[in-house]
Amino acid sequence: MSLLTVSNIVAGYGETEILHGVSIAIEEGHIVTIIGPNGSGKSTLLKAIFGLVKPREGQVLFQGKDITGHAPETVVRRGLCYVPQSSNIFPSLSINENLEMGAFIRTDDFRQRLEEIYLLFPDLAGRRKDRAGTLSGGQRQMLALARALMLDPALLLLDEPSAGLAPSMVGSVFEKILGINRAGVAILLVEQNAKEALQLSSWGYVLASGQNQLEDRGENLLSNPDVTRLYLGG
Amino acid sequence: MTTSGPQTQRLIPKWSAGYSVVAGFLILLVLGLFSIVKMELVVNGLFLGAIIALGAIGLSLIYGILNFAHLAQGDFMTLGAYIALFFLGTLLPGMGLESSGLGPFTFGYPVFIALPLTILAMVAIAIGLDVLIYRRLRRRGVGRVVLAMTSLGLAIGLRGIVQVIWGGDTYQYPRLSKAFYQLPMGIRIPPDNLFIGVLAIVLVVVLYLFLTRTKLGKAMRATSDNMDLARVSGINTENIIKWTWALSAGLAATAGVLLAIFQAQLLPIMGWRLLILLFASVILGGIGNLYGALVGALVIGVAAEVSTQWLNPAYKIVIVFVIMIATLLIRPKGIFGVKD
Repeated sequence: MSLLTVSNIVAGYGETEILHGVSIAIEEGHIVTIIGPNGSGKSTLLKAIFGLVKPREGQVLFQGKDITGHAPETVVRRGLCYVPQSSNIFPSLSINENLEMGAFIRTDDFRQRLEEIYLLFPDLAGRRKDRAGTLSGGQRQMLALARALMLDPALLLLDEPSAGLAPSMVGSVFEKILGINRAGVAILLVEQNAKEALQLSSWGYVLASGQNQLEDRGENLLSNPDVTRLYLGG
Repeated sequence: MTTSGPQTQRLIPKWSAGYSVVAGFLILLVLGLFSIVKMELVVNGLFLGAIIALGAIGLSLIYGILNFAHLAQGDFMTLGAYIALFFLGTLLPGMGLESSGLGPFTFGYPVFIALPLTILAMVAIAIGLDVLIYRRLRRRGVGRVVLAMTSLGLAIGLRGIVQVIWGGDTYQYPRLSKAFYQLPMGIRIPPDNLFIGVLAIVLVVVLYLFLTRTKLGKAMRATSDNMDLARVSGINTENIIKWTWALSAGLAATAGVLLAIFQAQLLPIMGWRLLILLFASVILGGIGNLYGALVGALVIGVAAEVSTQWLNPAYKIVIVFVIMIATLLIRPKGIFGVKD
């Protein structure tokens, strides 16, 4: 049984249908990347999984349990966390408060987890009391990851974690993602930086116009001439 | 994406921009020393400002989390003042609890019973109105203009209810006239104003501690920052919205009762008249920013009172408008606003 199985999801905003029946699956501990052109529905797919967009048809199974259309505040209690592409921190809260909000649903003492997270993100550790809005783009992305890790999720949904970052930061964000994965967290990644992302991934999906186009092992997609021509600027 | 407003919106900001305000008060103090400005007006303006602050902070909380201008905030104050009148003038005397002239104050101990009861009543009314009206509109995904216009309708409706029940006559809480405190520089302070000032300070401090020290308070600030991310973090934002209504209605009820004590009378129009001062305070301080609303309210309160030294009190509102427009022209995001 897969960790997450998404089958034939149809979803959109208002009158507009963005996803016309998309299916994906991810196994425990794996990294899976979804690539595709702008407007192909990659972000909408993550939102539909997390309940920010209600699917009209289809099913989302997490650890065998049906979470289709559940509200985000209940989905997060199942053990999956989501990092949106933009607006993924609380800018007026301190860095420490951002991480506390990441652990909002925890009722136990999470101070140990907090220290672990600060060890993992030393840049943030020195600025605990600073407003998150004062962080640089790369640091914000790190804080967004750190916030989502406070719950020690089984699965992390990441929407374009490298978007808008300086090229020098992109590498360290991917490095961090790989580190998180090695600690046992499965990662479902939506990316524009297809090459870097697919290199990390055990499996990849190509989405176009809200439909599954291709799926294969990460390295196979990288060497697939169609994918190269369409999405990797080759 | 349905994120909640710009990222610069923040409930609790840095203090640094407040120096200009401190400087302004120092200038007033110097002018007062040379008897150019009546210090009495400055001091009593601060007390009026304290009342405005309680209403304005509530307004700011609602704007921060629900993202619309709540035009019924003034009439929430009016309704609160009249509900307290019902307790002080009818219910409590009926139970034999009647008294006035406690210590130096004009009012009696029943105020301390009536105020919590009034707050509870207004909290229930505000949450009830949210469930009946605002929540339905939210679920339909209406914009902030529709929500603001709905609150305008509600404001008129609430005032109508007050007029139907109590009529247009002026009322007072049971009171006993008391001598003013006489301070140097010709400052006379009605003792009631000290009660108003102390209660306002206590409430602001408690609110500050709530927002910065408690999990629920932090969740409120998080929701104000970014509602989607708050939900993704597991925060039940519908609950946060209820708490927001509870807090701002409680503050409005308190402000209404204090206003009735400050003015020594109740009028169905009292809260509506103050609404423009509430908005001016919020705009002056930076929209959605609680310190800003507090400082803005003190500035507006003082400006409105001091203006009466030279102008007919009827023109207070003009001064407030001038300050508001000047702020929007010079610093569109308010004194404490952040540049993009």
